[in-house]
Amino acid sequence: MNFTLPAFTPAVPEMFVLGMSCFILLVDVFLNDRNRAVTWWLSLATIAATAWLTVAVAQGGGLLTFDNMFVNDRMGNVLKLFTYLTVALVFLYSRDYLAERNLFKGEFYVLGLFGMLGMMVMISAHNFLTIYLGLELLSLSLYAMIALDRDSGVASESAMKYFVLGAIASGTLLYGMSILYGATGTLDITKLGVHIAESPAASIGLIFSLGFVIVGLCFKLGAVPFHMWLPDVYEGASTPVTLYVGSAPKLAAFALFMRLLVEGLGGLHDEWRTMLIVISVLSMAIGSVVAIAQTNLKRMLAYSTISHVGFILLGILAGTAAGYQSAMFYTVTYVIMAAAGFGMIILLARKGFESDRIDDFKGLNERSPWFAAVMLAVMFGMAGVPPFVGFFAKLYVLRAVIDAGMTWLAVVAVFFSIISAYYYIRVVKIMYFDRAPEGARPVESGLDLRWVLSGNGLAILLLGVLPGPLMALCARAITF
Amino acid sequence: MTAHFPILSVLLWLPIVGGLVVLAAGRVAPTSVRWLALLFSLVTFAVSLPLWTQFDTSTASMQFVENIPWISTFNVHYALGVDGIAMPLILLTTFMTVLVVIAGWEVIQYKLAQYMAAFLIMEGLMDGVFSATDGLLFYVLWEAMLIPMFIIIGVWGGPRRVYATIKFFLYTFLGSVFMLVAIIYMYVQSGSFDIQTFQQMPLGMTAQILIFVAFLLAFAVKVPMWPVHTWLPDAHVEAPTGGSVILAAILLKMGAYGFLRFSMPIAPDASQSLTWLIVALSLIAIIYIGFVAIVQADMKKLVAYSSVAHMGFVTLGFFLLFMIFGKTASVSGTAMGVEGGMIQMISHGFISGAMFLCVGVLYDRLHTREIKAYGGVINMMPAFAFFFVLFAMANCGLPGTSGFVGEWLVILTAMKANFWIAFGAAFTLFLGAAYSLWLVKRVLYGPVGNDHVADMKDISKREFLILGLCAIPVIVFGIWPAPLLDVMHASVMNLVHHVVQSKL
Repeated sequence: MNFTLPAFTPAVPEMFVLGMSCFILLVDVFLNDRNRAVTWWLSLATIAATAWLTVAVAQGGGLLTFDNMFVNDRMGNVLKLFTYLTVALVFLYSRDYLAERNLFKGEFYVLGLFGMLGMMVMISAHNFLTIYLGLELLSLSLYAMIALDRDSGVASESAMKYFVLGAIASGTLLYGMSILYGATGTLDITKLGVHIAESPAASIGLIFSLGFVIVGLCFKLGAVPFHMWLPDVYEGASTPVTLYVGSAPKLAAFALFMRLLVEGLGGLHDEWRTMLIVISVLSMAIGSVVAIAQTNLKRMLAYSTISHVGFILLGILAGTAAGYQSAMFYTVTYVIMAAAGFGMIILLARKGFESDRIDDFKGLNERSPWFAAVMLAVMFGMAGVPPFVGFFAKLYVLRAVIDAGMTWLAVVAVFFSIISAYYYIRVVKIMYFDRAPEGARPVESGLDLRWVLSGNGLAILLLGVLPGPLMALCARAITF
Repeated sequence: MTAHFPILSVLLWLPIVGGLVVLAAGRVAPTSVRWLALLFSLVTFAVSLPLWTQFDTSTASMQFVENIPWISTFNVHYALGVDGIAMPLILLTTFMTVLVVIAGWEVIQYKLAQYMAAFLIMEGLMDGVFSATDGLLFYVLWEAMLIPMFIIIGVWGGPRRVYATIKFFLYTFLGSVFMLVAIIYMYVQSGSFDIQTFQQMPLGMTAQILIFVAFLLAFAVKVPMWPVHTWLPDAHVEAPTGGSVILAAILLKMGAYGFLRFSMPIAPDASQSLTWLIVALSLIAIIYIGFVAIVQADMKKLVAYSSVAHMGFVTLGFFLLFMIFGKTASVSGTAMGVEGGMIQMISHGFISGAMFLCVGVLYDRLHTREIKAYGGVINMMPAFAFFFVLFAMANCGLPGTSGFVGEWLVILTAMKANFWIAFGAAFTLFLGAAYSLWLVKRVLYGPVGNDHVADMKDISKREFLILGLCAIPVIVFGIWPAPLLDVMHASVMNLVHHVVQSKL
């Protein structure tokens, strides 16, 4: 038996991130607090270099390596590039915030990079074991990041909550995978797909395992009824961590759905479609209705995430290439909007003032018309009002759903988007119609945060006016 | 004429760019904001004039067309064009925006740059709505319009502005999203968002009914028709004067325009079978809302309700077409109702806009809209009283004003369809006179009501200018409506011939 070395090229970005994360961890030990910026710069440079590497090794079709455990394909590369972008945004937004709170430590960035590596592995996984590996790497990094502010009671509590529930969900997923292995004898996604396609009818065992897999996936994505952790974690974690938890992992979770459900269990589409319809409608309903009652902006955004997840699931359950493309477009644009939304909270926060209540945005138009406009773009974008990009995301998904012959589901979806419009416009109302409290200061923060956030807000508008290129990119990323 | 001047694009984008310039100017040179806004609105109006002068009245096809691909994945085109139905409405929009800019000249002090910018951006979006020939582009502009209007009512409105503006937003959003589902459905069926394609595509009866209902939800809220009109009085009362003017003069017309552009040609058989519903709702609006208008104690509310009643005339005129065709099986005579409705739209744009401007003039002096706070105003403000009486007369359809032409054409058409419908519609002559003239009587005439009224000053040159500018078209089109009819005739005939063809 000959041992042949696997092809390393497709996985070069992952290896690079791993190496650099370890390197930064080492370098950071030798830095004192005054020179901590070196870690920051190194982390950003790592992300930039990884992006370059990803583009450099990208191939048109799928490249399998490591005994078919790992795949480098177009969808993965596009998703990874957006993941890099989002993680870079997190790093850019959070610097001043962390520094003001004595949290500007190397660990935040190293954990962030490890989490990013976990996402990259998830996105590129072609075997259930690889998926699990990436998922756990991401989850462990997230638990630690949430708990990083160790003097904060709520942060520790939400980390604990996330950890316990996340462990249960991981266990469920693993259990489902093990039944799948028992039923089909393989963990390879392609082989699994072939096996299911060839078997005449879905066996009880397969459907049973499918149920467990879906529970695990929906937990990670935060869909109802597995959403309980989401509002608490969003609220409890410090805002930069919330920004991290609430943005990039959605891209990885989308990849997870694609790899597991579509590529692996695509033969069971009829079965999982029914499950996802229920979960999606429930997510939109609970997410839209409960968000109305929130006074904390982070909690409100958490519930809004849940309803957006319902929309993403709509695209996936349509079960067509256009449906998957629309879900991808939705995920990417949602992440861009969420990043700007949490970025706004970071912008307004000062030392000793979190600015995470909705009322803290009172009269923002008087304090800073420009950033009020950015937040307006985020809110109307999330509500799905044109010309902001959120509208086209909804349009794309609705098109796929109607195309799949489920017009009634589209009607249900738009119905809930009316309800959710209420809490988004309430934020706009607070910013524009209410007067700023006495003594409110103009918005002050570092220039880098201002510029990047402005760019992020403009992206929401520009992608709405010209959504064509991003749509074409998503269409090219997922082809069958 | 391949590379003609893209006049419609300029009308869409110039005001939006102007709005951004005004916003930027608000920071660096606040004193120039008014003049900049006026300049942009005047230039836009000037650009829109060739639409009228170079319009070919002999054809019903789209003119001044522009068409470039916008989103290739969806086969969406940035496609603009106008016919005889859309063109007058665009001119109305560009004209009214000039008035609104002048009307806000001294009155608005808080965040003036944002105020002017919001109206300029609105103008661009409204021009786009009337000129879009692509369904998705239409929808995008239609919805985008909500944002500046939401801000206008909410920031510069009255005491209950938050309630009013959220109600306005949610009502309109509610109607529109179902229209979106209908548009996507037709796209999935036909593979294109082109409105022309929508109009030509065959559709089964069930699909037609559902599409008609979806569009009805959107347009009925916008028109507004009874019973979804309740947002309008609230929005009007709380909106600043400029907001009320744009709302009444342009936004309401979009609902009616939607019936002509979407509902009737896309779902003609459903329109035919649901004509009874629209006619009934229109008559309720005319009669019941007319009575409601009489008892209002707030001037703006009164004008708002009278708008609902007048818009009832518009929808009635449109849908009588199906009744007459069902009765006589010939298209002759059916166009008159549609044309009457169209004239009514244009004329109501000027009249209601002017009425709101008049109320604004009074409000600026006494800061109340209660009718009983006034009385004997004519003694202090004779010039104002002249205009107020003129517009009130036009509002109740006095011959010689533009208000008469539309109502008369619609009632005449109704008589062809059914005597009782004509009888109901004619109620407006008496109800309109009742609420308009009673308003005039209580506000203008009688002894001077109180000391505050005694201190009122007559209208300034600026106010004289805006009211005078409104009065000109009201009288000109009242005496000589032929040019307006000429412009729309070919398009209306084409529409009528199209909608009487069954699609089944």
